[in-house]
Amino acid sequence: MSLSRAFYAIIRRDLVLALRRRSEMANPLLFFVLVITLFPLGIGAQPNLLEAIAPGIIWVSALLAAMLSLDSLFRSDFDDGSLEQILLSPHPTSVLVLGKIIAHWLVTGLPLLLVAPLLAVFLGMPDSALSVLLLTLLLGTPVLSLIGAIGVALTIGLRRGGMLLSLLVLPLYVPVLIFAGNAVEMAGSGLPVDAQISILISILLLALVLAPLPVAAALKMSIN
Amino acid sequence: MFLIPDPIVRFFHRMASPPHFYALTERLMPWLVVIFLLLLAAGLYGGLYLAPPDYQQGDSYRIIYIHVPSAWMSLFIYVVMAVAGGIGLVWRIKLAEIVAVSSAPVGAGFTFIALVTGSLWGKPMWGTWWVWDARLTSELILLFLYLGVIGLYGAIDDKRTASKAVAILALVGVVNIPIIHYSVEWWNTLHQGPTVTKMDKPSIHVSMLIPLLLMALAFKFYYLIAMLQRARIELLSRERNAYWVKSMISLGAER
Repeated sequence: MSLSRAFYAIIRRDLVLALRRRSEMANPLLFFVLVITLFPLGIGAQPNLLEAIAPGIIWVSALLAAMLSLDSLFRSDFDDGSLEQILLSPHPTSVLVLGKIIAHWLVTGLPLLLVAPLLAVFLGMPDSALSVLLLTLLLGTPVLSLIGAIGVALTIGLRRGGMLLSLLVLPLYVPVLIFAGNAVEMAGSGLPVDAQISILISILLLALVLAPLPVAAALKMSIN
Repeated sequence: MFLIPDPIVRFFHRMASPPHFYALTERLMPWLVVIFLLLLAAGLYGGLYLAPPDYQQGDSYRIIYIHVPSAWMSLFIYVVMAVAGGIGLVWRIKLAEIVAVSSAPVGAGFTFIALVTGSLWGKPMWGTWWVWDARLTSELILLFLYLGVIGLYGAIDDKRTASKAVAILALVGVVNIPIIHYSVEWWNTLHQGPTVTKMDKPSIHVSMLIPLLLMALAFKFYYLIAMLQRARIELLSRERNAYWVKSMISLGAER
């Protein structure tokens, strides 16, 4: 089997598996909506206050939702041994792992875009910021999956890796949070956001190229 | 490989052997401590006594003799950790792994000191203990990165595997640190005006600079001492079934 066919086969397999277990797909989404609902309850529902913190809230919640969904990335494959098969295959592990990350993002990251407009309305975000919010989510959530995969690969062999995973992954999410949150905020006040979007694109490209390598190395280490 | 002269290659090969490393560091340790104490005494005397008080900040600026070297060390140790981890990962050298792992708690300590002294300095200068200043914030994130490394090492039972995990994480971190640092700096300039961060070095005077450099050197030696002590203990506990450890212990018991 050629490399590209193996790559697509992995994506297809993961998507089929995800479609058969739809509740796992829904969980991060529900979490995302729920956390954002908690903020107005916690800090009061003054419209101007909510509008001011809306970009930050949405992005912090997206970060947490992405982090919570990470465990499903390699868990079932690790438990039933198919991860070992992937590592044993003649193709470079990093490329196959990239396929898994892409499938995971399609299942857990992309749906965040679908509910984001609803949440923007909840928090009274100006309409001008909505398209930028969607753009930052489109560019930012793949980075969250890519960086998060490193953390999962390092902790997959541990019985209680959950808290540790957040300690490993969240500090690395800081640049995405800063640029994405800021872009949405700027767009809300009608300022240009080209710089932030360009930086997000470059972060995405960098993560796309570099992140699969440590993921592959960490998986090999975790399996042994 | 052919470009490197033979004696240097031999030195590195011998350093990679645990018994030799253990014996050599034991002989080096008193010298390192003496150099450290001399540098520390000179630096403190120069910084606290000889250097004139600052014309704006008075005597409270003197905390930089602890703060700035710790902040330098916090970054320096992370890089050392990543390099040593990378060497351990590529050439499977046990000692490089141990150096990487033993560096992490020392680095976290320096990061913590830099944060605390920065906050102590901030109280009289800025009026609050904490300001979301770019440098303080990136130092805080650096502390979290260190704690992640320490936590990961502690969580994995097999120490060979754990040090590989630490090496991978340190390498990922070292690529990310500049990105995090510059993004935080960029964030900081957008969110608040340069009222607070107007701390850019106003070309420091020589009488203040020399003690600062002495302190930085002293801290480097302190790191070497603390890291080597940790590495020696780690080495003993990992090699506790090796012949050289057993024979050394029985020799010590006879003495």
